[in-house]
Amino acid sequence: MAQIKIDEDACIGCSICVNKCPDAYDLNDDQKAIVKNHNAPCAQIGADDCPVGAIEITGEIVPSEAPAPVAAPAPVVAQPTGDYKGVMVFAEQRGGEIKKVTIELLGRGRGLADDLGVELSAALMGHNVEGLAKELIARGADKVYLIQDAKLENYNTGGYATAMSKLINTEKPEIVLYGATHIGRDLAPRIARELHAGLTADCTELTIDLEQRLLLQTRPAFGGNIMATIMCPNHRPQMSTVRPGIMKEMDADPAKTGQVINFDAGLTDADITTRIIEIIKEKKSVAGLEDAKFIVSGGRGVGGADGFKTIQALADVLGAEVGGSRVAVEKGWISKDQQVGQTGKSVRPALYIACGISGSIQHRAGMQNADFIVAINKDPNAQIFTVADIGIVGDLFDVLPKLINELKAANIGA
Amino acid sequence: MNIIVCIKQVPDTTDVKIDPKTGTLIRDGVPSIVNPDDKHAVEEALRLKEKFGGKVTALCMGPPQADDALREVSAMGVDDLILLSDRAFAGADTWATSYALGEAIKKAEYDLVICGREAIDGDTAQIGPQLAGCLDIPQITYVKNVEMGDGKILCERALEDGYEKIEASLPALITVISDLNKPRYPSVGGIVEAYREKEVKVWNAEFIGADPELLGLKGSPTEVRKTFAPEPKGDGEILQGSTDEMAKQLVTKLVDKNILR
Repeated sequence: MAQIKIDEDACIGCSICVNKCPDAYDLNDDQKAIVKNHNAPCAQIGADDCPVGAIEITGEIVPSEAPAPVAAPAPVVAQPTGDYKGVMVFAEQRGGEIKKVTIELLGRGRGLADDLGVELSAALMGHNVEGLAKELIARGADKVYLIQDAKLENYNTGGYATAMSKLINTEKPEIVLYGATHIGRDLAPRIARELHAGLTADCTELTIDLEQRLLLQTRPAFGGNIMATIMCPNHRPQMSTVRPGIMKEMDADPAKTGQVINFDAGLTDADITTRIIEIIKEKKSVAGLEDAKFIVSGGRGVGGADGFKTIQALADVLGAEVGGSRVAVEKGWISKDQQVGQTGKSVRPALYIACGISGSIQHRAGMQNADFIVAINKDPNAQIFTVADIGIVGDLFDVLPKLINELKAANIGA
Repeated sequence: MNIIVCIKQVPDTTDVKIDPKTGTLIRDGVPSIVNPDDKHAVEEALRLKEKFGGKVTALCMGPPQADDALREVSAMGVDDLILLSDRAFAGADTWATSYALGEAIKKAEYDLVICGREAIDGDTAQIGPQLAGCLDIPQITYVKNVEMGDGKILCERALEDGYEKIEASLPALITVISDLNKPRYPSVGGIVEAYREKEVKVWNAEFIGADPELLGLKGSPTEVRKTFAPEPKGDGEILQGSTDEMAKQLVTKLVDKNILR
């Protein structure tokens, strides 16, 4: 007979164990896990998935009844739930320009749709934006739903949420993806609320469980200290906002054809609940970091704003953008919009050179998807080396000037 | 003017470490704090009250020990404290949480609801917009400046490449970012009052008249399937030799891999 012990001090009341095995676990009034049945067959799963390792099982679990016979293997792809079928991407555009994250979502959405054997559609809204449909098709969409209205010229929560909710209710996609941008993270929760749909924020990985026909949505939580995979078994659509700079784009195929379907959302003035007075654009470097091909980043080891001149010098040679860790921002050496990491930007350059950055998990969360990572640090045990493709143990103020000389000698750079 | 501020008690994630062997969170000795963005929400509510008069109410959903978080913001100057606490709320995702908060707020009088942009334990930033949806009022998110007048609120909303000025009629909900203000420290008098005299009203599911089917685990569309430690990449190459040699090797390798040319 098994004995389950729960460390109440360690328990964070996350309810994962209750989710996994309601037969064995429950939460008490203090939102701490308690044991209902020491011998529930699923108890071990709940214990294994406890993020703080608070559940200990000793002895062998002996179910009171014999477990049901193992079912035959499920069919390759389960049937859709209800009428919901297909993958839809919210095609974010601003000022008539498709955002990069939209192309990334189409790239990943294409893969998910192919896994499920369904169509990939894009929802394009705005005013006079029909010209953008072609690009969405070339980048992977089978269909583009076009919702045009002067009320949608600039993003506003009321108009966009109403139009998108109507489109989803009519077309019934099983999956809807949004960029985890200031627009997507404003819009998607409002729609999820309206439709009682599941929504997972800021996902960094999306896959399909074919047997259950479920979208598995993986995202960092607890400041990037832990990854969680979220699913949405009983509600449709399954919706995610996806972190920009993570998913791979598909190359444009101008020969690819697709359908453009006009959708009338029937918006009225009552749907528009906010008024935009003015849109102010600020310096380009904000978007620059996320789109940069090369990034040179500095951290605590740079030592000061002066030290960042050395970082900048290497960046100038390479034609790279300058980024930094949270420490560098908090000390005021660089600006907030240059911060790479969990609470800053997620970047995916072809080359990321980390100089004097220890590589906290918060920082790694924002840069570990770079195609190639070079780390330069005095401390051979620095965490940054765990994600680096090439590491140099040394003082950045020795290494960088020599590197600059080598690059110049080889006639490499911008 | 009546302002409701939603706050959350969270573990201080900057102190959270991961056990490299088991891939689980080490929570020993990690303190519970008022979520940082929520303190900016409290600060803005207090500033608006100082300008326009009225009352500031803090609403916190959580277990009984979240009482501490409410007393902390009380010491900053919040007037009324409500703890939304019930076993029925346990295991709620953002949908079910915003539903419970919404039903509670409907029991109170309000002109403005202020939330922090996101909580540092979940980083979803979903409660604000979902709560505005529950209340069927306009929302303005990522707010970095607030002005008010004529029954309207005028906000600067941060964008990736700038900001926009947006106006909405009250009642409305805003979510605020840290650029907005600098939260004040609790006053000594405030601390004494908060812990000696202040009443924390405790509201449960029955009191707010919520539909039990829409609360907690039952009302939550999403489920956590598993959690795991982020995988280290590994297999990197550490260069050897003098600084000159390493710089040379690095350039050669980057050119060989077609990264530089």
